Amino acid sequence: MIRIRLTLVLWITVSIILYGCSSHRKEAIPTLNWYVAGEPSGAFFMAAKRCSEDSGQAYKIEQVPLPADTDQQREQLVRRLAAGDNAIDIIGMDVIWTAEFAQAGWILPWTGKTAEQAKAGRLDAPLQSAIYQNQLWAAPFTTNIQLLWYRTDRVNTAPATWDEMILLAESLGEIGTIQAQGERYEGLTAFFVSLLASNGGSVLDVSGKHISLAQQPTLQTLSTMARFANSSAADWALATAREDQARLAFESGHSSFMVNYPFVWPSAQRNAPEIAKHLGWARWPATIEGKPSRFVIGGLNLGVSAYTPYPQLAFHAAACLTAAKHQRMAAELGGLLPTIAALYDEPEIRVTYPFADVLRSSLSDAVQRPQTPLYNDISLAISRTLHPMRDIEPQKDFIRLRRAIERALNSEGLL
Amino acid sequence: MNQKQSNERRLGWLLCAPAVTALLVVTAYPILYALWLSLFRYDLRFPDQRAFIGLDNYVSILTSEVWWHALGNTLILTIISVSLELLLGFPLALIMHHTLFWRRAVRATTLIPYAIITVVAALAWKFAFDPTIGFVNALLGTEQAWLTQRWSAFLVIILTEIWKTTPFMALLLMAGLTLVPHDLIQAARVDGANAWQRFIKIIVPIMKPAILVAVLFRTLDAFRIFDTVFIQTRGAQGTETVSLLGYNTFIVSLNLGLGSAVSVLIFIGVLIISVLFIKGFGASLTKGGNAE
Repeated sequence: MIRIRLTLVLWITVSIILYGCSSHRKEAIPTLNWYVAGEPSGAFFMAAKRCSEDSGQAYKIEQVPLPADTDQQREQLVRRLAAGDNAIDIIGMDVIWTAEFAQAGWILPWTGKTAEQAKAGRLDAPLQSAIYQNQLWAAPFTTNIQLLWYRTDRVNTAPATWDEMILLAESLGEIGTIQAQGERYEGLTAFFVSLLASNGGSVLDVSGKHISLAQQPTLQTLSTMARFANSSAADWALATAREDQARLAFESGHSSFMVNYPFVWPSAQRNAPEIAKHLGWARWPATIEGKPSRFVIGGLNLGVSAYTPYPQLAFHAAACLTAAKHQRMAAELGGLLPTIAALYDEPEIRVTYPFADVLRSSLSDAVQRPQTPLYNDISLAISRTLHPMRDIEPQKDFIRLRRAIERALNSEGLL
Repeated sequence: MNQKQSNERRLGWLLCAPAVTALLVVTAYPILYALWLSLFRYDLRFPDQRAFIGLDNYVSILTSEVWWHALGNTLILTIISVSLELLLGFPLALIMHHTLFWRRAVRATTLIPYAIITVVAALAWKFAFDPTIGFVNALLGTEQAWLTQRWSAFLVIILTEIWKTTPFMALLLMAGLTLVPHDLIQAARVDGANAWQRFIKIIVPIMKPAILVAVLFRTLDAFRIFDTVFIQTRGAQGTETVSLLGYNTFIVSLNLGLGSAVSVLIFIGVLIISVLFIKGFGASLTKGGNAE
C-alpha cells in the first residue's frame, strides 16, 4: 500500500518536473503571448483576434492580462524578464519603462520596415517616449494626459493657474474641493514632475545621467504642493487618493475641480449623468501666468521581448496591433487616446472626445518623465520624499529630495 | 562503557545526518549565498556592472534615513504587538486550559484567526476600516480615513496582528500550563494562597520556559512582519518595515547586492533578538528552576 502511494507521488513529481522542462513552445501555428494590462472593454482582445486572422495562420496572438496597477505590472514583468523567460513575446509597456528595459537588454530594438510602420503618423511626444539613445524600442500604441475638469454650473471660466484655482476653490466653501492624486505612488511623481516642468525645471539634465533640479523652480513647485495640500480646497483623503478615488469623489458631486485623465468623461456620463451635464474641461492649470502648463505623458507602447523565439513574427504582430484601425477601436471602446495624430481629426473620435483639441494642444507640449534606466528608483525617491504633501517644507525637502535622487542615480535606490 | 557511549554517539549523528544535511542545503546555502551577494554591486538591470565592492552596500544602508525609519517602525510594531499578545494570550490560555464544557469546541474556535491566511486577514481588516465600505466608522460614529495617517495606520496593523496571532501565543502558553502539576496547586490552596498568589508564585515560574518560547517565536515573527503591512499600506504613511524594504530592494528594484545586504541585516537583527532573549531570560530561567 505504502509502496503504491510512494510510486504515485514519485510519478506525479517527475511528470511535473518534466512538463516544466519540456518548454512547450513548438506549435504548428506559433502562439505569441502578449503581456498587457487587462482591458475591460475588450478592445485589446479584438485587436489580437483580428491581427491573428489577418496573419494567414502565420501566428496567433494570445493576450495575457497583467494587473491594473502599473507598479505591479512592472514587478511581474521584470521578474520574468530578468530570469530570461521565453514565454513573453510582446510586452505592453508603460512609457516610463523604455529606458530601463532597453538598457537591461530585455527588449529588441525596432529597425527597417516595421520601425517605419511603428513611427508612421505618430504624435511627437508619444514617439519620443519609445525612443532611448536615438533608437526606437517600441511601437507607440495609446497615450494619456491629464486635463482640468470643472463644474460649469459653479465656475464661469476655468482657472488658468494653480494659485487661481486654489483661491477660487476656497471661496466656494465646502463644495469647492479640488480632486487630485496624493497617494505615495507613481501619480504623485507625475504630479511633481508636471508642476516642475510647468515651472521650467526638470529632474535630470539633458544627458539623463545627472541631477538638475534647479533651486528656483523646485522650491516654487514644492511650495505650490504644500499650499494646495494644506488648503481647505484639498480633499481630506488626498494622501490616499489615486485617479480612481478622485473620479469617484468628483462623481459624488461634492467637488468642483479635478485634475485627471480623460477616462473620467465616459465614466461620468454613465455613473453621474447630472454632473456630466455640467462637466467642463480645460488644459491642466499652469503654474506661471501666461506660460502654458506641461503635463507628463502616459500611455502604452508595445515592445518585443529579447527572449522570444519568434522575434520577426512578434515585430509584425506588434505593428499590426498598433495600427490605426486598432487605435481607433481602443479609443472608441476603451477610451484610450490614440498616438496617431490624424485620428484626432476624425469625426467619430471627436464625438467620443469632444475635448480632442485641448488634448492635442496639451500633448504637443507634453513632457517626458526622466528617461533613464533608473527611472523606477528615481520615481520612488520622489514619491517617498514628498508624501504626504501636507507635510512638505520647501527648503528642507528640497535638500532631502536632491539627496534621495542622487542616491537613486547611484543605484543605491534604497534611498 | 566508553566504547558503548561513543558507538551510541555515532549512531545518534548518523540518525541526525539526513535532517542536518537537508537543513544545511535549504538554510545554510542561501544564507551564505546572500552574504556573498551582499558584497557585490549587482543590479539585474545592469548585469554588466557587477563588481566586488566589499562592505559598501552595508555603508549605504546604514547611512540611509529610510533604513532607520523602517527599523524604528518594525521595533514599534514588534514591541507593542508582542506585549499586548502576551497580556491577552494568558487569559485566553487559562480559559482554554480550564474550560470544562466543550473543551474541543472552545479550543478550535479560539484558533480560527490563526488558521486564516494572513493576506486574507489583512484584507478583511483593511475593508473593515475603509471609510466608504467599512463598518468600523459606522460602529464608532467617526469619519476617519484610518489608513491615511501614521498613528491610525499603525493601530490597524497592530490590531490585525494581535487578532491574528494571539491564538498562537495562547496555544504555546497553554502547553506551558499543562506543565504545572495539579498537586502543587492543590497544596498551595490548602496553604491558603489565593488565586493571584498561585498564579504569580507557582504557575508563572514553572511556565517560564514556555513563556520564553512563546515570546521569542512571536518576537522573531513580528520582527519580520511583511504581509499585513504590504496589503494594508504598502509601507506608506511611515509604516514601512525592514522586510518591506528588503522586498522593495530585491523585487522592485532588482538590486541583488543591496537587497542581500538588507536580508543579512535582518538576519543579524533576528540573531540579536534571540541572543538577548536566551541570555537575558535564560539566567532567570535556571534560577527559577533552582528555586523550585
